[in-house]
Amino acid sequence: MNLEQLTTSRRGFLRGMGGLVVAVSLPLPNWPRPVLAAGGFPPTAPPSPDQVSSWLAIARDGTVTVFTGKVELGTGVATATMQIVAEELDVPLSAIKLVQGVTGKTVDQGYTAGSQSMRTQWARGVRQAAASAREALLQLAAARLGTTPDRLAVTAGVVHLQDQPGRKVSYGALVGGKPIAAKVAARPRLKDPGTFTVVGKSVRREDIPAKVFGTFTYVQDVKVPGMLHGRVVRPVRPSPLVSTPTPRAQVIQGTIANATLQAVDESSVRHLPGFVQLVTRHDFVGVVARREEQAIAAAQALRVSWTDKAALPDQQSLYEAITSAHVDNTKVLSVVGDVDAALASAARVMKATYAHPYQIHGSIGPSCAVADVRDGQATVWSGTQGVYQLRNALATLLGLPADNVRVVYVEGSGCYGLNGADDVSLSAALLSQAVGRPVRVQHMRADEMSWENFGTPMVIQLEAGLDASGRIVGWSYQGWTANRGNRPGPPGNLPAGVLAGFPEPPPPPSPPSWPPLGDDSLNSMPSYAFPNQKVVSYGVYQPWLFTGPLRSPSRLQNTFANESFMDELAAAAGADPVDFRLRHTGDPRLATVIRRAAEAAGWRTRPSPAGGQGGNRRRGRGIAAVHYEGTSSYVAAVITATVDTGSGAITVDQVAVAHDCGVIINPDGLRNQIEGNIVQGLSRALKEEVRFDRSGVLSVDWSSYPIITFPELPDDVRIELIDHPGLPALGAGEASISVIAGALGNAVFDATGARLRQVPFTPDRVKAALSTV
Amino acid sequence: MSAMKQGPGDDLQEAARAPAADSGDGDGAGPRRVPRAAFISAGVAAAAAVAGGTAYLVERSRGTGLTVNVNGRDHPVAAAPDTPLLYVLRNELGLRGPRFGCGLAECGACTVHLDGVAVRSCVTRVDSVGNRQVTTIEGLGTPSNPHPLQKAFIDQQAAQCGYCINGMLMTAAAFLKSKPRPTDAEIKSALAGNLCRCGSHYRILRAVKAVISA
Repeated sequence: MNLEQLTTSRRGFLRGMGGLVVAVSLPLPNWPRPVLAAGGFPPTAPPSPDQVSSWLAIARDGTVTVFTGKVELGTGVATATMQIVAEELDVPLSAIKLVQGVTGKTVDQGYTAGSQSMRTQWARGVRQAAASAREALLQLAAARLGTTPDRLAVTAGVVHLQDQPGRKVSYGALVGGKPIAAKVAARPRLKDPGTFTVVGKSVRREDIPAKVFGTFTYVQDVKVPGMLHGRVVRPVRPSPLVSTPTPRAQVIQGTIANATLQAVDESSVRHLPGFVQLVTRHDFVGVVARREEQAIAAAQALRVSWTDKAALPDQQSLYEAITSAHVDNTKVLSVVGDVDAALASAARVMKATYAHPYQIHGSIGPSCAVADVRDGQATVWSGTQGVYQLRNALATLLGLPADNVRVVYVEGSGCYGLNGADDVSLSAALLSQAVGRPVRVQHMRADEMSWENFGTPMVIQLEAGLDASGRIVGWSYQGWTANRGNRPGPPGNLPAGVLAGFPEPPPPPSPPSWPPLGDDSLNSMPSYAFPNQKVVSYGVYQPWLFTGPLRSPSRLQNTFANESFMDELAAAAGADPVDFRLRHTGDPRLATVIRRAAEAAGWRTRPSPAGGQGGNRRRGRGIAAVHYEGTSSYVAAVITATVDTGSGAITVDQVAVAHDCGVIINPDGLRNQIEGNIVQGLSRALKEEVRFDRSGVLSVDWSSYPIITFPELPDDVRIELIDHPGLPALGAGEASISVIAGALGNAVFDATGARLRQVPFTPDRVKAALSTV
Repeated sequence: MSAMKQGPGDDLQEAARAPAADSGDGDGAGPRRVPRAAFISAGVAAAAAVAGGTAYLVERSRGTGLTVNVNGRDHPVAAAPDTPLLYVLRNELGLRGPRFGCGLAECGACTVHLDGVAVRSCVTRVDSVGNRQVTTIEGLGTPSNPHPLQKAFIDQQAAQCGYCINGMLMTAAAFLKSKPRPTDAEIKSALAGNLCRCGSHYRILRAVKAVISA
């Protein structure tokens, strides 16, 4: 690999504005060339994580190129990763370039998902690689300077004698351009947290200027020579009101789930300007044209007919359908003491069922990919969360060896989990393979929203007993999740793969029922300590809507249920909700976030509901807390809300969040994430539910699936960060969204005495709950 | 319906390996591997153009006789007259600021100014632009001469994925021109039609307010 060249061509990739310098003369300024010259196809297997050279390289001018398997999804991890390297390697941030997610070039660090990026990079990733590199470089410098490493110090990438700063040698001079020949130490010497100068600082994100000046390269902006434009044609029901195909976006009524392709009429599009090819494979249909608007028009004009099985459950009875469906796997997570006996002898037993709908990732930019599949080789530019996992799925899809499939990550629009990024990559690859030229495919809004792997619906039944003193003596959890598909994985995990005829993998089997698994890291387990508990979850696999990870997958649903139920128990015990939670935990970090959120919100100790409020507008406050996944961050939220008892409308007045994710690498970046979790959490709690009928999905655009807007947001947001510089990084991308629905529902109960057990909290549901008070 | 289900390798696929004669919109290149030099020199097909300070590989062709004035310069339009302005800006002029979000005027990611008025370029036919001046975010400001809002968005770190930020900035810029001293409620109302999924709303509001109070 020519590192100098790579670094130069990569400069624009992250630096945005700086990239213009090299962009002027190059047709492909910001991404690797699709077809390499005589050297042939590059290796696509992951480099070994044991070698320092797999993680970083230092050029003659001191530029440090970091190769990361965890990628920037818009959350700021690129900047935070650079901070970690700058800290451990003692180089300025401005000297660091990042190469993210390129098969064959970056270590396979698994998916970029689950708030794991900082946790991983801190505990077993770039931090260890950078520290190991520093040790190796000190060895080299000691030999060069005729001394021992312990007498050396490093300032901004220059190694010098501690007592003679003039005797020095730069990293660039030591290894410039050559691989750093060292292994990643199992326990490298890491910086003392007390000496951190870059970690813990609110460094500005390196990507934001380019995003603000319109020069940032998203995957939607990738263009390669000879590129054609494709669109997928999914089984949909066009709107009866709009009939003329135009280059504008199609207005549709809904999708046809599990449709079978009956017939497709190429003559309906063959005459259209720029039309190149109709591509079908099993039930997968796409069109390719010269220009983007021509592909859009052709996709709409294509006459295609589908059989409609109309076999989805009625939306009204979805939750009954989930709990009465065949259970494909059962996971016994926890059996402590004897719950049945505890409930039988309890002074009071409470039981409640909570439900959470299908929800949509809803990236503002529909997913896009560019694929170049020719001569038995494939290069795909994708916003995927896992280049190696997608590489394997593409290899299966295209019938190519994985060594011949290269995936290059380019940032897309948001992510929030398994949005359409992988799915559209499969579609682009199929179209490119068929036409033998590079093809760019961007989903239309309806493709992105209604053919995605939705966030899973869940039904959670909880039962608990209180003793006479108001302590929980027994806790029983049963949770049902309706699944279909997942990340790649096999192509059959994704809509495009299934349409193309790939089998859907069978449900995973039940693990042994004994001993209990301990935890599922899905927040199914309570965050509190109870003397008797039983926690069992059920996986249901039905050919309904596709599902997959959506920000805080299953965890948000579980924490909504568990924390609403804690509130119900507190009310039954006549206890203050904060006191009640503190009484049931011995974990000082959980107790701290509960107290800090309550203090930030000006919490006044009393039981819920508040009572004594006249008029139609009732105000209340609610708390929810979680030790995320049982091993990750500690978060608590207090929400204050006003309920209009006439209309059922909820107005959120204030949100206070206390957040402990261990060491904080970038405080402002963390605040940015928490603010985003609050906004998205309120949107999902108040408004979001995928609509469908027996035939298919009816949520196809922002009118049929509204999300929260500026006027609906509370002005008053308070964020308390709790920093532990000496403790592991625990992750911040999604923990705080999991407490929002619970805190909001509990605030509504405090205000009105009405309990909301089903998300979203629409005015109709609020009114229905009020009618039972 | 003339064609039943097709699989790869059958007649339909083979036929399309030789695309229909160039209609004047395409790049004129053959269907198989094309050396880059051939691509770039393929007649009127492609050129490295600079628009809004950004170099890019773009397609140009014989055109429709239509021109649009974008960021102060006239550009011939190759696309059909009913093409949304967005695709002309992105694919003919190589601009990356305006972005496709929904194609339905529901989200605002594609917002540009027509004579200073914020419009959704995804539903604006290119032939409806006429003599009006199109301004994109590339014409709003540059790193060396940023619009005050662009500077404020950086100061406030007002983005996560940033895909919506074009629309936020263009909408806010047009709004502040018409109403330089709005209330908080008026700002929120002005931005209500611009969607953000990451939840950068608070930072966006702080950035707009910082410009007002400056």
